Amino acid sequence: MNAPFTTRRDVLRYGAAGGALVIAAPLAACARPSRADATPAVSPWFEGAVGGFVIINPDETVTIAFPNPEMGQGVDTSLPMLIAEELEVDFDRVSTVQMPLEIERNAEGEIGWKYVPQGSGGSTSVSGHYEALRQAGALARALLIAAAAEEFGVPAAELAASKGVVRHEASNRNATYGALAARAASIEPPEIAPELKPASQFTLIGTPQKMKNARAIVTGKAVYGIDAEKPGMLHAVMARCPYFDGTAASVNDSAARAIDGVVDVVKIDGPKPGEPYSVQAEGYAVVAKTLWAAMQGRRALEIEWERGPFADESSESFKNHCASLLEGTGQIVREDGDFSAAFANAADTYEATYWQPYISHAPLEPQNCLADVTDDGVEIIAPTQMPSGASREVAAALNIERDKTKILPTRLGGGFGRRLSNDYVVEAALISNAVKAPVKLLWTRDDDLRHDFFRPAGMHQLKAAFDADGKMIAWTHRLASASKYYRRPNLPETDYWQAELYPDDFPAHLVDNLRVEYFSAKSGAPRGSWRAPAHTANAFVVQSFLDEIAHERGEDPLDLRLRLLGAPGELRYEQHGGPVFNPGRLAGCLRLAAERGGYGEAMPAGRGRGIAGHFTFGGYCAQVVDVAVDDQGNLKVERVVGAVDIGTVVNPNGVAAQMESGVNDGLSTALRLAINVEGGRVTDANFDTYELMRIADAPPIVETHIIDNGEAPAGMGEMSIPPLAPALANAIFQATGKRIRTLPIADQLLS
Amino acid sequence: MPQLTINGRKVNYNGDPGMPLLWFLRDEQGLKGAKFGCGAGLCGACTVHVNGEARRSCVTPMAAVESMTVTTIEGLGTDDALHPVQEAWIEEDVAQCGYCQAGQIMAVAALLETNPSPTDADIDESLSNICRCGTYFRLRKAIHRAAKMKAGDAA
Repeated sequence: MNAPFTTRRDVLRYGAAGGALVIAAPLAACARPSRADATPAVSPWFEGAVGGFVIINPDETVTIAFPNPEMGQGVDTSLPMLIAEELEVDFDRVSTVQMPLEIERNAEGEIGWKYVPQGSGGSTSVSGHYEALRQAGALARALLIAAAAEEFGVPAAELAASKGVVRHEASNRNATYGALAARAASIEPPEIAPELKPASQFTLIGTPQKMKNARAIVTGKAVYGIDAEKPGMLHAVMARCPYFDGTAASVNDSAARAIDGVVDVVKIDGPKPGEPYSVQAEGYAVVAKTLWAAMQGRRALEIEWERGPFADESSESFKNHCASLLEGTGQIVREDGDFSAAFANAADTYEATYWQPYISHAPLEPQNCLADVTDDGVEIIAPTQMPSGASREVAAALNIERDKTKILPTRLGGGFGRRLSNDYVVEAALISNAVKAPVKLLWTRDDDLRHDFFRPAGMHQLKAAFDADGKMIAWTHRLASASKYYRRPNLPETDYWQAELYPDDFPAHLVDNLRVEYFSAKSGAPRGSWRAPAHTANAFVVQSFLDEIAHERGEDPLDLRLRLLGAPGELRYEQHGGPVFNPGRLAGCLRLAAERGGYGEAMPAGRGRGIAGHFTFGGYCAQVVDVAVDDQGNLKVERVVGAVDIGTVVNPNGVAAQMESGVNDGLSTALRLAINVEGGRVTDANFDTYELMRIADAPPIVETHIIDNGEAPAGMGEMSIPPLAPALANAIFQATGKRIRTLPIADQLLS
Repeated sequence: MPQLTINGRKVNYNGDPGMPLLWFLRDEQGLKGAKFGCGAGLCGACTVHVNGEARRSCVTPMAAVESMTVTTIEGLGTDDALHPVQEAWIEEDVAQCGYCQAGQIMAVAALLETNPSPTDADIDESLSNICRCGTYFRLRKAIHRAAKMKAGDAA
């Protein structure tokens, strides 16, 4: 593509609401193809950075770059919609591309974002960019209008832009964006940010849009990290110590080196026990001219592993460890009123204990990274949720300045939180540095399942008390788990709970006597953030427990929830997703899901309908799950009806997709997923034992009902998972009378 | 010299007969639509057609495809005329991360050749490809749509 124009200045800064510095970029030239599906699966696709967010070509096609990595959550469409809304272009003519990591050094010499933050995590992409990307679009539009004003010799105020055309009504003259683009790029950007449209004038935000890169995907042309290539590239696979914090006792690599095509065997040092992870485990990389040769080479490695400090850990031993911790007294992380006194004097008390195992992210594209370390720096092409983290960690590992890192995130074959960690990126950089060539490192499935940062396993004990009038007066949540907050710099163990218990979660502020108690368990299994982190575990136990209480009290489970949530209002919520939790919005989701899902209708024998709702990272979601369980205990989920309130919705089609995704992810996890530990290592190696759900178990009907109330936008990547498992368990209870307190369900229902 | 046909093109192969087809397609033929997911024939991300039948190419050794005809996602349709299954996938907006979808599409395209109008039960029984994003709801709708489109094409 010929650059249609160049800019004198490609960065502008505007003060935005809340005092944050928002950086927007105007039109910029680019030296890369403008269509994602017309690109080869080699790295030149990534060369020639998009200088800003918008490229307007002379042929009127428009390319919009999305800053955050796309992993299936739909930011390749939703984020460009924000820009296009203000830019006033026909969205059907817009193609979208991934922006490389754009960081720069400020006047003080500190590294910061060049345009906007670029990580995908915590359901923050839309909410975090809602202002900045609309401003970027508005700025581009303002420059195009200014260009037309010059061309027509009229005041800009007399011009209006719509669908890629600037029109001067009085003289009946039009100019297309393609014709104006070159002139627009030479115009001095305005000092004051152009005004943004009020929501009432949106024509694109809130309309259902299909995913922009669908055609590239169905034709096999979408480029993932695993598809990246560079001339002269070598391939690597690694043998890592399978034991938690274990090491190599002896290594014989002569057979591996003898294999045709093998170039080198490179040792990668593991982290010191207890120290923060850069890479996860000690290991040996076999580097070869082809992937097949590298894999043969790995098979030929002879390594004896020391089993390390956790050699005795097993799934069972860890569960017993958690159970014994709960016998004692833990760290009180929230105490409202006097739980013990209220519980002791209550009319009715309830108690239940639940268990959830370690689970793996298991994105279908295993970890991989193409790293090219040269004297000039390092180029990384990788599927990563956190390209800036990749830059930081690679720079640290190679002891170079971050300015010398160039990070090109690809489309991700799933993320689910696994690729918040860049351990595989660091490995690839170290290997490339050792062999002085571009190297693509591929993890095989056993690598991925054994060396994940797992969703923490944990045992939860819940207790609640009601007075004689039926008012809930006391509640406690006691959790023993090995937190994902550990092995972090300067983080004392007394802070570990913060990742596993969110003390402002329901029923905080809604019950007078509340105690939240944490027990920090010891485990060698690496832990990390798994889609909707602690909300998956905590929603399961809280929403299951509410159901248990309701049944014991003879109350309708929905009515109990609604009366405990009480009136709408703004309750303080200091964890991620705050600053406010409004119980009325969650109640609204529960009511809508119940109404559309027919909750409370009489069910025939062997069938059940369960409900649950949860507040996750600023979004409210409730689901009604229908199940059928036959005489043998075979479970079928027949329908899920979801209701969601995430404030202003950008792409309702994407919201529905994420509802469906969360439903299936939650169901898959509840049905069969557990990571098994034996002898200080993970024993699962593939999908034969880590049984991700297939279509036969997926509900044939998933409904999405959206409450779009104009509130500030939240994300939608995670909030649809937490309600699923408890709604499912509650439905199973109605169908069978059996209460699921241990996940996965596995064969618990089989007779 | 051992020969096979890939997307209508004759190609030679002289390497390790035990190497799975997937590596040949991705690393030697530059056909990257078929994906590596598990390496054990469990997830189906690598599904291609061998003599018209869906095969997991990650566990299909090169020795087993000598003189055979292989079709990958790149050869399923053309830019001007996508295969009905591809069209249906776009219409129903199935893909999320998209990594499994080439394999899903190849599996479904093969299924529709032997069962032009599969019931939900047929789908459950014959489709074992894993979608980690959980696009199964739209995927099922897209299969039914593709079946109708294909029947319409034939009529």
